[in-house]
This record gives sequence, C-alpha cells and structure tokens, in this order.
Amino acid sequence: MEIMIRIEGLTKSFGKFKALDNINLHLQQGQAISLLGPNGSGKTTLIKSILGLVIPQQGTITIDGMVIKKDWTYRAKIGYMPQIGRYPDNMTIEQVIRMVKEIRKDQKVHDEELMEGFGIEAIKNKTMRSLSGGTRQKVSACLAFLFSPDIYILDEPTAGLDPVSSELLKEKMIKARAAGKLILITSHVLSDLEGIASHIIYLQEGKLMFYKSVEDLQASTGEQKLNKVVAQVMRTQLPAMAH
Amino acid sequence: MLLDLFRNKIILIYTLILAVLSVSVLNLDSNPSKGLLSLLNITLLFVPLISILFATIYFFNSIEFTELLLSQPIKRKKVISAQYLGVAISLSAAYALGVGVPLFFLVSGIASLVLVVSGVLLTLIFCSLALLIFVKSKDKTKGIGVAIVVALFFTLLFDGLLLAFIYSFSEYPIDEAVIAIIAFNPIDLARVLMLLQLDTSALMGYSGALFKKFLGSATGSIFSTVCMMLWVVLPLVFSLRIFRKKDL
Repeated sequence: MEIMIRIEGLTKSFGKFKALDNINLHLQQGQAISLLGPNGSGKTTLIKSILGLVIPQQGTITIDGMVIKKDWTYRAKIGYMPQIGRYPDNMTIEQVIRMVKEIRKDQKVHDEELMEGFGIEAIKNKTMRSLSGGTRQKVSACLAFLFSPDIYILDEPTAGLDPVSSELLKEKMIKARAAGKLILITSHVLSDLEGIASHIIYLQEGKLMFYKSVEDLQASTGEQKLNKVVAQVMRTQLPAMAH
Repeated sequence: MLLDLFRNKIILIYTLILAVLSVSVLNLDSNPSKGLLSLLNITLLFVPLISILFATIYFFNSIEFTELLLSQPIKRKKVISAQYLGVAISLSAAYALGVGVPLFFLVSGIASLVLVVSGVLLTLIFCSLALLIFVKSKDKTKGIGVAIVVALFFTLLFDGLLLAFIYSFSEYPIDEAVIAIIAFNPIDLARVLMLLQLDTSALMGYSGALFKKFLGSATGSIFSTVCMMLWVVLPLVFSLRIFRKKDL
C-alpha cells in the first residue's frame, strides 16, 4: 500500500509549550487510524498541521508526494470534518454547500450519499443559525465526504449525532476504508470505533507513544474490545514506555 | 459570505439608524450646509467605532468557518480577502444607502458626494484596522478591547495630543509638522476633506485652515484622499502578510 501521509521530525511549540515533539509517522492507504491521547496531548495540533492551519517550526509533511509547505493544492485530497462546526448564521445549508462546491469546482463528481441518508435535502433552505448542534455536525460530515477525497480527517465525528446518524456515518467510514482511503479519526468514544479502526496512534505531551495495528495490540494485551485494549495498554505498557 | 452579511440584522439596523439620523438632521436646519456639518460630525464619531467593532467581532466569530474554508484547496490570501471584502462592502453599502440616499434627495451636490465618499473611506479604513487587530491578536476578548482602544484613540485622544503639541510649540513654525501629523489620523483627514468642500472657514478649525493655506483646496483634497487610501491599503497588506503565517 502506498504511503499517503509522511510526517518527518514534526515539531511545533507555542511559546515554551511543546505541542508536538519530533513526530515521525507514515500513514498508508486503506488504514483507519484512531488518534488517541489525553486532552492537550497534541492531537488537534497534529491534525491542524496536516491541514496547513498550524505552521510547524520544524519537520516536513508530505501528502501523496506533495510537500505541504510549498503547494496548497494538496488539500483537494483531504476531506475535513471539524469538531465544532460553526457556519455563517444567515446562510442556508444549500448556500454553504454550494460555496464549498464552488471552491472545489474542478471536482465534478459529488458523493451525496450522506446528504441523502441524513435527509439534508428536506432542510436545505434552513439557515445555519436555526440548526441544532447535531444537524450542523451532519452538514460538516456531508462536506467532508462530498468530494470522495483520498484522505478523511474526522475530529470527533460521532459526538453529538443521534444513534441512527452515527451508524450511518460509521458505515460510510467502513466503505471508505474498503475503497482504499486513509481515514484519521480522533474520538474519545472508543466503542464507536469498534470495527472501524485498523491502527491506533497514541500521543502524550506532544510525543508519539506508539503507532500500532489493532491486531497487534489485541494480541499483546489478550483483549478483544477496543476500549479494553486501550485501557490495558495505558495501564501496563505506557508506564514502561515513558521510562 | 456577502449573502450572510446582507441578511445580518445589525447591518440593517445600522442602515436604518443612519437614514433616520440623516433625514432628521437635514430637516432640522434650513441651512443645508449646517445640516451637512452635523452629519459630518455624526459620521466622524460613529462610523469608525461601529465599523471597527462590527468587523472585529465578525472576524472572530467566523473563525471556525474560516478554518473549514482553509482546509479546502484554496489560498489563505483568498479566504481572508474575501472576508475583508464581505464586511467592508456591506458596511460601506449601509453607509452609502443610509446617508447617501437622504442626501441625494434633500441636498444633492458635490459636498454631499464628498461626505458619502469620506464616510465610505472611513468604513474601509476601520475595517482594515479591524483585520489587522484580528490577525495580530490571539483571543476575541483582547481583540475587541484593542479595537475599542484604537477607535477611541483616533476619535478622541489624537486631537487632544495634537492640541497639546500645538500649544507647547506655539512659538515655533510648526505648520508643516501639524499637517504631517494629521496624516496619521484618518478621522482628521476625513474632516479636512469635507471642510475643504464647505466654504465655512470659520468652522474649519486650525487644521482645515492650515490645509487651505499650504495646499489650497484642490491639492489639500487630493492629499487627504491619497493619505486615506494609504490607510486602507497599508493595514490590509500587513494583515495579509501576517495571516500567511498565522496558526489557527
């Protein structure tokens, strides 16, 4: 499998605080990676560095062969779903979607499966102000999946979604992974990632603690359920790794 | 983005208030020139403050959407310029409609046109400054605080300092220096630009008289217009440059 995201020696500090400390990662096609770590461990900074929202002091990020510092067009390969989706209050759903389509107008084929599943068509004339948090989350998800990108970056995708929509989104993630896409998910709800995540990246205090496949972790811990696996790893292996 | 702003209730209310003020001020006085002066004072006092506050708050409130847009294949410069244009155009349109339309029907003439132009220029300038504040500051509360301080500095404090300067150096030939200093306050520039049009030298004040004496009406107008344009462009250029490297 081809390497889609190559991160080398990535370091980012805000003042004295080191948000990311010499991170090296090679992420491949067909992987669904769960990005874990306590609050403030650098998960968001890592995602934002990949998206080019945060500019790191050291290190390089290469997306599908493009060094992101030099070339902004690489973002056409990424679909991003932010944790908090806030949109201009007075725009309707349809206007927001049309605006993003306008930005990516060289991509003619649109994947509107999620929009149909969530029933966005029926509420497309509502303004963003009038939407509930969950509905806004649905709009964010639709936007991330609209252009069938090679890489999906989903920040807490299922938080705030109702069970039906959450299942729909999960099915969509599984399909995308089967189609050979790379999915990067941060989520604290580990049970939601059951059957989706193929790999786990664990960050702590800006350092990469481990990057392993779920099978390896299941074998080494003897547990099957994802949340038990992670709990077990945190109890037994992390203290050993820290020293 | 523009669509969002045109439907913004605050912009609508701003337009209406300006319109009501213009009509009532112009009807109050039989002398149109006096009416224009009152409108000028209203403009100089409120337009900078409202523009800078509204624009700063808008930039900070749309930060999540800005992030979403920046995660699309689009240049940073394009996103931030679109935001600036959206805010600046809608606030300018509000001013042009609110003040321009009543003026057109009640006191049409060159002087009215100049008032509308200087009001629009002030709007553009203070939106530029708001953008600079936005890219320089990390959080919303601080940003809004700085915006208020900047607006008050130019509306109130600057003139006080200028007066103190003129007072303490009154024995020296400082006329040119005063003209140069005025170029550093966009609000004074707008005042001078307008007063050069109205032939009310008594009301022109020290700075206006200086402009007329040294530069003449025509050169004075061109000088202050050019300075105001610089006030629009320079903060904008700085903002774009800083935003290129900003962490979001």
